[in-house]
Amino acid sequence: MGAERNRRRGQGGKVPFGWNNPRVRSFVYQAAVLGLVIGIVWFFATTAQENLSRLNISSGFGFLDTTAGFGIIQTLIPYTEQSSYGRAFLVGLLNTLVVAAIGIVLSVMLGFFIGVMRLSRNWLVATIAAGYVEVMRNIPLLLHLFFWYFAVLRPLPGPADSIEPLPGVFLNNRGLILPEPIFGPAANAFFIAIAVALAAGFVLIRWARKRQIETGELFPAWRAALAMVVVLPGLVWLIAGAPFTLEFAEHAGFDFEGGMRLLPEFVALVLGLTLYTAGFIAEIVRAGIQSVSKGQREAAAALGLKESTTLRLVVIPQALRLIIPPLTSQILNLTKNSSLAVAIAYPDLVAVFAGTVLNQTGQAIEVIALTMAVYLTLSLITSLLMNWYNARIALKER
Amino acid sequence: MKNPLVALIVGILIGVGGLYFFLPYDPLARSGRQADAGASQQAEEGERMAAGDTLRRVRQRGFIQCGVSQGLPGFSNPDERGRWSGIDADFCRAMAAAIFGNAEQVRFRPLSAKDRFTALQSGEIDILSRNTTWTMSRDTQLGFNFVGVTYYDGQSFMVRKAAGIKTTADLAGATICTETGTTTELNLADYFRSRGLSYRVLSFEKNDEAIVAYDRGRCDAYTTDASGLYATRLKLADPDANMILSEIISKEPLGPAVRQGDPQWENIARWTLNALLEAEELGVTSENLDEMLKSENPRVKRLLGLEGAYGSTMGISNDWAANAIRAVGNYGEMFERNVGKATPLGIERGLNALWTNGGLQYAPPVR
Repeated sequence: MGAERNRRRGQGGKVPFGWNNPRVRSFVYQAAVLGLVIGIVWFFATTAQENLSRLNISSGFGFLDTTAGFGIIQTLIPYTEQSSYGRAFLVGLLNTLVVAAIGIVLSVMLGFFIGVMRLSRNWLVATIAAGYVEVMRNIPLLLHLFFWYFAVLRPLPGPADSIEPLPGVFLNNRGLILPEPIFGPAANAFFIAIAVALAAGFVLIRWARKRQIETGELFPAWRAALAMVVVLPGLVWLIAGAPFTLEFAEHAGFDFEGGMRLLPEFVALVLGLTLYTAGFIAEIVRAGIQSVSKGQREAAAALGLKESTTLRLVVIPQALRLIIPPLTSQILNLTKNSSLAVAIAYPDLVAVFAGTVLNQTGQAIEVIALTMAVYLTLSLITSLLMNWYNARIALKER
Repeated sequence: MKNPLVALIVGILIGVGGLYFFLPYDPLARSGRQADAGASQQAEEGERMAAGDTLRRVRQRGFIQCGVSQGLPGFSNPDERGRWSGIDADFCRAMAAAIFGNAEQVRFRPLSAKDRFTALQSGEIDILSRNTTWTMSRDTQLGFNFVGVTYYDGQSFMVRKAAGIKTTADLAGATICTETGTTTELNLADYFRSRGLSYRVLSFEKNDEAIVAYDRGRCDAYTTDASGLYATRLKLADPDANMILSEIISKEPLGPAVRQGDPQWENIARWTLNALLEAEELGVTSENLDEMLKSENPRVKRLLGLEGAYGSTMGISNDWAANAIRAVGNYGEMFERNVGKATPLGIERGLNALWTNGGLQYAPPVR
């Protein structure tokens, strides 16, 4: 290509600027398409704007500063009825994030477990795993949510006859109510100690791995790191004289006052999402493990590695390369599926913002656009992280 | 390349130019050239939006698209054969009768509380007759006009008799179930806030799940408009174990809404409702209609289209009101048939009695 172009240049000089120049032509075509796209977007935007003002429908994002006026049952940040719609948006967003994060961790763990179970040589274990996969992934998620919600609610007593498994811990149909830690002035030192211990543990494990690769000597790094994480904050705790106290919930009227609580809606949503998604992840894990050729296991066995070590050091690292890309899709699905929460009254982003706020302001375009932007951003960030991880564990071709 | 800028400009011009020629109408006309467009454009604009666009489309289509609830006994609820009954459904039938002379030329579209406004804004339905509270923001910010009040309602609470709750003040600290996207959510917050009481709210997307959650004891109270509470109680496992508090915490005038910008359609909706009220005041019923057509009372004659041209000025036939009354009866008949004493709901007329009987229902005169 390049050589030919040089030859042509050498013979006839440059192709003159004009319609016969292929680069000019392609540039014009691309600009035309760009212009078309810009024009269409502009046309839709002006038409929508025009129709909205003709129909006297308010538009713009000014409503985010207006007082919301409604209550939300689970708020991770301070929120009252006098807070703004923007604040309600944040509350909903955090509720979505917390469900998605917990759901992802649990479903990946359960999915790996079931996936490995399916490959077990024990007939009973393999059949149970296969049954799990077929049942869980073939039931629509919405039914899962209803089932778990009403299954969670049914056996639980009312607040008056709460189950008290531990002193200060209450279980009833209003949720699981736990004592809330109240942080004293020295609590910061405690948190710093935890952070320092975690960082030190991380460094220790890396050092131990490096030393093992270089010298072959083993060092019980995990156990040492764990001890550090427990002992260091523990010492700070004792020296600072217990920097926080527990506030116990008290039965008052219909319900309990104070304390922290885990809502039945939250538990049902996490359960439904986890069990449903784990069915898919189990199949992905099984496929990944089966893709690792039998020779690898046999070679590991010939080297005298234990079965568990073989799985951890030989099979899983190779299987991960096949597991990660489809696993990313499942993680994205779980995040997006959490938007079904409104069906069982869990106040996630869709319930709070695209539900209540949309209804009170009537500004469908802005509210839905913002909601879509949130899910798009979450999905892109997840993909980015997973792609980065995938590139890191990819086969190193030397 | 020497002149990328020239190529870029030429390309964008070709792109936008091509778009300009192929679009149904040009976007510049309204935003850019308003100053010089003048009278011709205004006329065109006026024709496009005001002059009975909705009525024309409804006539062409042959039926009214009527937005109703997903099932609220007494207001809009499908029976075992799938036929919609209730005050809200009957109002749409009355409109169909006024326009087409046939009450069955209407199709019902069940909508959740959350979707109803978008459906009306986008033109998916022609009229929203779905136990919707007339509020200022809905009237002024959503691009709707409410045409009147079909039912004066107010929010209340349903509680279990065993809970020992007598008044709303006993609800301090209670968990309350409701439906998302309703004025109920806001009233609840206002009410408890103004009294300094704490509460927890669980907002469900659909009524059905909210009721099951209440029935299972997840919440201490269920709240919605009092009429809705009577209807909902019938759906519970043991209706008699539950009671509705007599206190009303809000004003909920329920009425049909139409899109702003089509006064003709709005007039048809408003006056169909007024005609049903006027008929009750004048004693015109679906049964005595034929006798009433011979009446000498000028008010009756004007209402039934024997004098004046009240229908044709709205673009429909002069016997519009007679058709509507023949189809669904007057307001009183509609009320008694759907929610009155003889029905399982057993609601008294109360505020919904005519003004002559101590209620609030009052129609401006037809003249």
